[in-house]
Amino acid sequence: MTSTPTARAIVPKFDDETNRERKLAIICSKGSLDMAYPGLVLANAALGEGIETHLFFTFWGFDIITKSRMRDLRISPVGNTAMHLPGQDVHFPQALAPLPGVTAMATRMMKKSIAKLDIPEVPEFLDQIVAAGGHLWGCRMSADMNGLRAEDLRDDVEAIISASDFIDKTAGAQLLFI
Amino acid sequence: MPLTMIDDHPLHVDDEGFLTNYDEWNEDIARSLANQIGITLTTRHWEAIRFLRQDFKQRGETATIRRIESAGGISVKEQFTLFPAKPAKKMAYIAGLPKPRGCV
Repeated sequence: MTSTPTARAIVPKFDDETNRERKLAIICSKGSLDMAYPGLVLANAALGEGIETHLFFTFWGFDIITKSRMRDLRISPVGNTAMHLPGQDVHFPQALAPLPGVTAMATRMMKKSIAKLDIPEVPEFLDQIVAAGGHLWGCRMSADMNGLRAEDLRDDVEAIISASDFIDKTAGAQLLFI
Repeated sequence: MPLTMIDDHPLHVDDEGFLTNYDEWNEDIARSLANQIGITLTTRHWEAIRFLRQDFKQRGETATIRRIESAGGISVKEQFTLFPAKPAKKMAYIAGLPKPRGCV
């Protein structure tokens, strides 16, 4: 430990020019529980650093913002070779993965471990993201394919827009496809 | 660990400038720290800061913005208004606490 104070005060650099100019666009294309979270965690982190953040929900990711489906995202061990038995280095046998009840069980377990970390469920997480200034956009083509309209989506989805509109809105942004 | 001078207060801080000693803080210092980052503390700011101090004392961890909303009663939106752009880090700094460590 040093005892001489430094000449200049050490103060965190909160007014970072680079972050103020930074913009992040996240395309959420998957509707399973495990693939919904990464986009939301990153969006939330970016907003907390003062970065303008846009989320575009497309294809299966449309479920994340669809009122009737957003509380029912699931995870299935089918085809997921990284799925292990709880707390062990033993693979979950793929032959058992398609059995009835396995998806429900895996979903329950994942929800439990997420809740344990005090991380909100998907709809509440999106509430927080919007409160922090995040922008939510629905994909035109996905809406048309599913026969869904703006009133079927969360009220805070700003609009259903085309892919080209999204590209236009996020000019200069860093982009993540999930 | 560096020692820095903020106004007339000698303070132990980490490399970024966050205080490292919980007991070195007082409300006078909070005003000086807030001033360093361009924030004038209002009653509402103080409510957030006091909640963070007391919550850290109980849990040994800096509250996240989610916790400040659910347990501290200050909405995420308001936190972004009170401490613009980087509320979690700014609040932790003024409260003399480490940055929150969790991802969410």
